[in-house]
Amino acid sequence: MAEATDGSNYAQPTDDGHFGDYGGRFVAETLTHALDDLARLYNEVKDDPDFKRELHTDLAHFVGRPTPLYLAERLTETLGGAAVYLKREDLNHTGAHKVCNTIGQALLAKRMGKPRVIAETGAGQHGVATATVAARLGLQCDVYMGAEDVQRQSLNVYRMKLMGANVIPVTSGSKTLKDAMNEAMRDWVTNVDDTHYIIGTVAGPHPYPMIVRDFAATIGQEARAQMLEQVGCLPDVVVACVGGGSNAMGIFYPFIDDVDVALVGVEAGGHGIASGAHAAPLNDGKVGVLHGNRSYLMSDADGQIKETHSISAGLDYPGVGPEHSHLKDIGRATYASATDDEAMAAFRLLNSREGILPALETSHALAWVSANAPLMSKDQSILVNLSGRGDKDILTVAGIDGISLT
Amino acid sequence: MNPTHTRISRRLHTCRESNRTALLSFVTAADPGPEYTVPALHGLVAGGVDILELGIPFSDPEAEGPAIQAANERALAQGITLAQVLEMVAEFRYKDADTPVVLMGYLNSVLAMENFAERAAEAGVDGLIMVNLPPEEGDRLQQQLAAHHIDLIYLLAPTTTDERAQQIAAKASGFIYYVSLKGITGASHLQTDEVAARLQQLRGYTPLPFCVGFGIKDATTAKALAPHADGVVVGSALVNSMAAGGDVAAVVERLQQQAADIRKGIDAADQ
Repeated sequence: MAEATDGSNYAQPTDDGHFGDYGGRFVAETLTHALDDLARLYNEVKDDPDFKRELHTDLAHFVGRPTPLYLAERLTETLGGAAVYLKREDLNHTGAHKVCNTIGQALLAKRMGKPRVIAETGAGQHGVATATVAARLGLQCDVYMGAEDVQRQSLNVYRMKLMGANVIPVTSGSKTLKDAMNEAMRDWVTNVDDTHYIIGTVAGPHPYPMIVRDFAATIGQEARAQMLEQVGCLPDVVVACVGGGSNAMGIFYPFIDDVDVALVGVEAGGHGIASGAHAAPLNDGKVGVLHGNRSYLMSDADGQIKETHSISAGLDYPGVGPEHSHLKDIGRATYASATDDEAMAAFRLLNSREGILPALETSHALAWVSANAPLMSKDQSILVNLSGRGDKDILTVAGIDGISLT
Repeated sequence: MNPTHTRISRRLHTCRESNRTALLSFVTAADPGPEYTVPALHGLVAGGVDILELGIPFSDPEAEGPAIQAANERALAQGITLAQVLEMVAEFRYKDADTPVVLMGYLNSVLAMENFAERAAEAGVDGLIMVNLPPEEGDRLQQQLAAHHIDLIYLLAPTTTDERAQQIAAKASGFIYYVSLKGITGASHLQTDEVAARLQQLRGYTPLPFCVGFGIKDATTAKALAPHADGVVVGSALVNSMAAGGDVAAVVERLQQQAADIRKGIDAADQ
């Protein structure tokens, strides 16, 4: 059936991994076989009752799902407009939504008989989530992390080590997330026989954007049911921050056919879009190919990938998942941005009004809420993916406040 | 296309006729500085190289080992652009109208240049290897290149299935680049017997020449593979030489000597 352009009857990606013009599989030939194997296995097991039971059991008893849907009453009152509901992904084991994906992928690795997993990480949340499930399942785990991020996120580095993972600092290129991803690809191409690469976002070559989305979609499936049950209707807007875009895809996906629900992704505006110092390829990028897929990218006139800036390490990535590029082009989702300062203000607001410490990534989505909830009427509602907690960011925030905690 | 119409086909055909295993070299453009590249290419040819591969510097060379990663960073630090790389090829062509030049790099560089195929052909480029472009995604670029008689050279790997190898062979032009090992450029776990057996089998799928790269670093490794391949590619070892210091004349002399040593090893195997 032809897909309606408004997003109803949405069925993406195609069998070869394309979301409209985006996605696909742009990798060194050596990896094609492993990607074929992964896609085949995933298609076999995704509807297999045993696999689903195993996944569900871990999500329920190890991760602590379903996470609550919470009406942020004092925040709503302060903003004076639409009711703000928070999908509390900060309450997952390890403190962010990332573990939903790593549990799923680690179970796939186990099924493939691969004893070793590798991952890339920026802020360290995906690394921690990978190290966690590797410990849980007894898999060897190596995590690639930009040398700069190793410095900036020492807390998460230590957490990974405590769980038995080996953290490998990456000193090539800009020494951040994109370089960690390059290094993980190099490891995988060398050790493809015994290693599964757990990509942490809805990017990478097919089938990763699909697999990561599907595992993250438990967020949106729960939230949609919870809205209907607790509120009696769907939200007017679903909003989430977008770096690579996994938490956003996870909460958007089950709402795509609900064409009256607006989907809003919020990219990292850094010092402002006009400054060029940001990480907002959907707002100010162009189409290109990086890390295995075609999508919007931050690249210069010669195709070189630009260095990005965001206060939040988890959003500090020059690309974005290809499905977001597709949703942007068909107009099913819109993509805004929030600056470092706007995110910080929203971070403080949620702390003081609700007693919830959000991640700096998540604070970008909250910044959009701060600006837009007041413009909406009181009978409208906004569903926010509160994608992670902010304990990891305490040192960064304290530094901004001029307070030394070390 | 008549195979004798391209420099690549002509050169590999001549090599085959004269029982000579082709030597292919790889260096990164503008490494360690723009002034080194054209003299280095001439030096490599003088040392016995049959086909020149020239790397397009890219910020995220995800299939490269440390040597070529570093070369990319050195070149980019000089502010090199793809347009300048094409100028280097054009300059090389003033003195050498015969040696095939193959650009190698990552798709995003090529996508960023309008009319790449036309401009590359004008500069005298004969082939293009895109590390991260599998044939499934390559049709459009291949058509653009073919219109300007540039070969899009596809890679086969140890992990490529037979079925897929046949599909790729059917689309391939110029030559097949066989990646000799699972890993990145400059790796050191080359298994000659495995490569030889696989090449023999792959030859059943296409009459195109097979050039083998990744893991060939000196006369000994080149000599071991020469009896099984139409060409062998030496990359990281040459890139390390480029980076070992000295002025243009010194680097060119070193490179030429290195190519000549490897050539000697291959010639010994060819006899």
